[in-house]
Amino acid sequence: MSILILAIPLFMFLLLGLTGMKMSHKLAGTLGCLGMGTTLVLAYTVAFTYFFSGGADFINAAGERLQSILWNVTWLQFTDKLVIRLGFLLDPISAMMLVVITTISFMVHLYSMGYMRDHHGVFERGFQRFYAFLSLFSFSMLGLVVATNIFQMYIFWELVGASSFLLIGFYYTKPSAVLASKKAFIVTRFADLGFLIGILVLSYYTGTFNFTELTSAPVDGLANVFQVSETTAAGVKSIFANSAAPLFMGASVMTWALVLIFMGGMGKSAMMPLHIWLPDAMEGPTPVSALIHAATMVVAGVYLVARLFPLYLMEIRSLEIVTVVGAVTALYAAIVACTQVDIKRVLAFSTISQIAFMMVSLGVARPEFHHGIGYMAGMFHLFTHAMFKALLFLCAGALIHAIGSNDYTDMHGLRKYMPITHITFLIGCLAIAGIIPFAGFFSKDEILTACFGNSALWYVWMSAVAGLTAFYMFRLYYLIFWWKEHKVHEGHHAPHDQPWTMTLPLVILAAISCVAGFVPFGNLVTWNGHPMFDHVSFFTNLEHLDWTVAAVSLAVAIIAIVIATVMYRKENPLPAKFRNAMPALWTWAYHRFYFDELYMFITKNIIFDKICKPIAWFDRHIIDGTMDMFAKVTQRLSVSIRGLQSGSVQTYVWVYLVGALVMASIVWLCLL
Amino acid sequence: MDKLSVICYIIPSMIMFCCGVYGFITRKNMIAILISLELMLNAVDINFVVFNRFLFPGQLEGMMFTLFAIAIAAAETALAIAIIVNVFRAVKNVDVSDLNKLKL
Amino acid sequence: MIFSNILIYFVVIPLVMLGLLFLCRNMNQIRTVAVVGSTALVALSVYLVIDFLHLREAGADAVMLYTDSWMWFEPLNIHLAIGVDGISVAMLLLSAIIVFAGTFASWKIDPLPKDFFLWLILLSTGVFGFFISIDLFTMFMFYEVALIPMYLLIGLWGTGRKEYSAMKLTLMLMGGSAFLLLGILGIYYHSAPEGGKLTMNLLEISANNAIDHNWQYFLFPITFVGFGVLGAMFPFHTWSPDGHASAPTAVSMLHAGVLMKLGGYGCFRVAIYLMPHAANELAWIFLILTGISVVYGAFSACVQNDLKYINAYSSVSHCGLVLFAILMLNTTAMTGAVMQMLSHGLMTALFFALIGMIYGRTHTRDIRLMGGLMKIMPFLAVCYVIAGMASLGLPGLSGFVAEMTIFVGSFQHEDMFHRVFTIAACCSIVITAVYILRVVGKLLLGPVYDEHHLTLTDAKWWERLSTVTLILCVAGIGCFPNWINDMIHNSFLPIIEVLTK
Repeated sequence: MSILILAIPLFMFLLLGLTGMKMSHKLAGTLGCLGMGTTLVLAYTVAFTYFFSGGADFINAAGERLQSILWNVTWLQFTDKLVIRLGFLLDPISAMMLVVITTISFMVHLYSMGYMRDHHGVFERGFQRFYAFLSLFSFSMLGLVVATNIFQMYIFWELVGASSFLLIGFYYTKPSAVLASKKAFIVTRFADLGFLIGILVLSYYTGTFNFTELTSAPVDGLANVFQVSETTAAGVKSIFANSAAPLFMGASVMTWALVLIFMGGMGKSAMMPLHIWLPDAMEGPTPVSALIHAATMVVAGVYLVARLFPLYLMEIRSLEIVTVVGAVTALYAAIVACTQVDIKRVLAFSTISQIAFMMVSLGVARPEFHHGIGYMAGMFHLFTHAMFKALLFLCAGALIHAIGSNDYTDMHGLRKYMPITHITFLIGCLAIAGIIPFAGFFSKDEILTACFGNSALWYVWMSAVAGLTAFYMFRLYYLIFWWKEHKVHEGHHAPHDQPWTMTLPLVILAAISCVAGFVPFGNLVTWNGHPMFDHVSFFTNLEHLDWTVAAVSLAVAIIAIVIATVMYRKENPLPAKFRNAMPALWTWAYHRFYFDELYMFITKNIIFDKICKPIAWFDRHIIDGTMDMFAKVTQRLSVSIRGLQSGSVQTYVWVYLVGALVMASIVWLCLL
Repeated sequence: MDKLSVICYIIPSMIMFCCGVYGFITRKNMIAILISLELMLNAVDINFVVFNRFLFPGQLEGMMFTLFAIAIAAAETALAIAIIVNVFRAVKNVDVSDLNKLKL
Repeated sequence: MIFSNILIYFVVIPLVMLGLLFLCRNMNQIRTVAVVGSTALVALSVYLVIDFLHLREAGADAVMLYTDSWMWFEPLNIHLAIGVDGISVAMLLLSAIIVFAGTFASWKIDPLPKDFFLWLILLSTGVFGFFISIDLFTMFMFYEVALIPMYLLIGLWGTGRKEYSAMKLTLMLMGGSAFLLLGILGIYYHSAPEGGKLTMNLLEISANNAIDHNWQYFLFPITFVGFGVLGAMFPFHTWSPDGHASAPTAVSMLHAGVLMKLGGYGCFRVAIYLMPHAANELAWIFLILTGISVVYGAFSACVQNDLKYINAYSSVSHCGLVLFAILMLNTTAMTGAVMQMLSHGLMTALFFALIGMIYGRTHTRDIRLMGGLMKIMPFLAVCYVIAGMASLGLPGLSGFVAEMTIFVGSFQHEDMFHRVFTIAACCSIVITAVYILRVVGKLLLGPVYDEHHLTLTDAKWWERLSTVTLILCVAGIGCFPNWINDMIHNSFLPIIEVLTK
């Protein structure tokens, strides 16, 4: 059954991709939804079986969750030990990801049936292609999360990159979309180079690609619950023990390998400084942004670190790098989000910031503290964030579809016109701001607890970012739905809520965002499979809250929301005043701290103008010139002696005659 | 007839040959060149016959070769004149210094 | 009996085709002969692959199978010796497929279709002959047979500065052959231990292992450079951009797809296999050159504006990777090299076929003068994107398999120098993405640049057949690489054994 989870989306991709153009739009869309719906049911079944069936492959007598490989086939054999297999690894995080991906993907499939039409209900050009790409993406992402070895992950990692490229550039006649898709692909590709080198280094020293073997050797003193033989575990462990020896530029090769692999994660998850592609990726259709650039693909980096977490634990320095990168990105993205005008950009920066939260959470996770609560919190936040961020994006899509513009300056005061969108968006904002009892509160609270356990610096830092999050989200909310009355231009219809295919996903996701916080994640997903609580009820998460941390974070969020309310609820000069008070900061944040310009400078002025062009010139003029010179010298030489070959027979006879006479006379003289 | 020595034959033949060479080298008209060529050929024929007569009086190989050469010369002349006529038709000229179209 | 050996038919079929082509009177007859012949070649090579795998499975463990040898010139002990291992079988399959696709790509060749096909088939005779021979002389002869028609094909049916390019290509490759001839003669005169009979047979020479080490130091570089010129090794690659740019479609396909592979094939079959000692000692020099090729070609491709130049430079980069991997001298990397040959052969042929088709419609290859072709000719554009994705190494297509095998294999080298160089070569995957996406973005996506292009038509059936065949092969290797990987991998074991002796 598990193979169908991958096979159905792949089949749908091939079917819609090859024959889609001959189908009617409606049939293609329905087929896409049906396919994804089936996948959803299958994935739920697999995940529920894993978590709740209590099968011996999934959970041991001590209640610890195990890694279980459902199937694994050899795909490509490099050497005896290094083999790429395609398989299906089921463990807490992959089961959770199956649920997340199929849920959001199904919602997006459904939503797109309404979104990908114009105001008269006519389907957009390339509608079938859109569904084909969505299926391709779902296939790749599902393949990524169930990877049994790091190379399978890399394979699907590249595939999600490609499908993201195809979907961002869906409106391929629009130059900005083409540029954005190109940028996304190249930036993530650059990051993947790091990932690839990391894999090479890691596999060279450990001699394996398999996750189960790589992550089998936990830190001393903690139980090993993953299913591998003791000898393999000892083997990997000894490599780590020895890996102190091979140093490369001051750090152990393992640290290098892990940091390089993390670089791949930085690219996909848009961590600074490789984040520049994500805001531009908003050029894609909004459902795509919701699915790929908010809920699933962009958390692949987090998933990667989580997957290799036991390895990272062995090299604490690499975890510290993860933390620092995450923390800096979180703050940066939150600041930028406060100034953007395009609502999808605000959401994009908010996504970057939230993913950075998850990274920090993994970075500060230590087994000593609350059973590695950071790991659990990161995964929890991944789960809840996927739900409410997809919700926010889909709301944004509904708004954009109704208004025909991405900027809040064209919206304002929409609460009366689009009540469902308004309510669901508000729920999303409350969730991301971390207001009890919405989903974001619980996960963010766990993250802050983990930070608190690690160091005061990160705790204060991340709390401030959480406050900023609440502020910019409510700024956005008020600017869209309040601020001033909406002006309906003459000849235009008043904006209204969208058809059921679009509102139903909003309502479902809003409902999930309300209750997802109560999922007892501590018992489902932990770094070593060990449950955190003895017994579980609906209120488990509430009971185990660290109330000091929770109270502080709630207070911060509420204060931020109050500030946002004061500033943006009604039209007033306060925002302008603030802007004028710190013009430099505002300008820099508005221009996203000029990262794009910096990259543009590096690629255009340095790589293209200073490397590529000189090399091309060198090739044409020096290398090719040398070759041509050989030919030219030969030609000159032949031209210079060519006069002898005049072509006139009379000259030849004359030369012959003279020559014969001369030779005859020489002979004669010699004979004398 | 027996009074005449070899030299009496060779000197005219040599004069003929030198005229032929001179004409071949200096003349520009293709027909003149052809005539010079024939002159040289005939000079050689004379030598053939003479040396045959004086060195191997009983044999006829020299005569045979001469006849052979005359036949070939006739064929060659016919061919050459055909070419010259064609060249003349094409370019209205039979001057070799002007016929350099095929030269790069 | 000579005709009882299946391999000989790889030469016989093209020769029969040549004979029939002479008799052809009109275009339809020419097409019939070309299609029937190339289909027969594909069928034969597929049968050969299956039969070969069966034989191996049944336990035939000789280095080469289907071996046969007929005396050709007694005094110099030259034989027509033939035989194949997994690598040559794969290369034969590749060549047959590309000849097949090339036939359809030149469906409408004009002018002189008969002469065009005559030369094209003669060229492929050389290619097939090269891959089945195991006698150095026969090998060299077929090599030359493959090279010479190139001059006429480019010079007569080419575009742009065709005479210049044809001359340049021929001269540079002939220069390479001169080195090669020298190398082959050198090998021949040192092929037998003292007093033994001199031989040109690869297997015998390797078994004798007689070439003096000092001579190896001389002969290895000569042979390697000789083949390296054809494999577009830096700095002997400049024939490639001009040659490809001027060549007609099918010739570009065959040249980049198969002929450049002769270089890589020769490098390990002759240079490394026969002179293992020098190969071990001197590989690093060429490793630097090929490493430069890889990155240099990719960077150069980034700023070209002519579609064919972009592809030619990308070929320099990819073929550089082939030689690079061969020089790593370990099984995995060398397997990767052959995979890369297959993959590059197929996808470059696809590229050139598509470029030819686009050029045939727009009459320009300058990407600055085109745009938005996706809207006008969706089929060709989608195929181009697929080819591009294969080139930049998207999993599921052949490029990924080949590159990853090379990188993983190269990185298994114990020496730090080799591993650092591998990382440098890895960087090419990013640069490849840059130039591929640049072309895709400018050429296919975006708004339509030239209004006149709006009236152009999409691919015709023969064009579709040609591209779809290649795409299926690219995807086939990309999705199910293991059988071919195994086949090649096992064939490298004897070479590696010689190297580690």
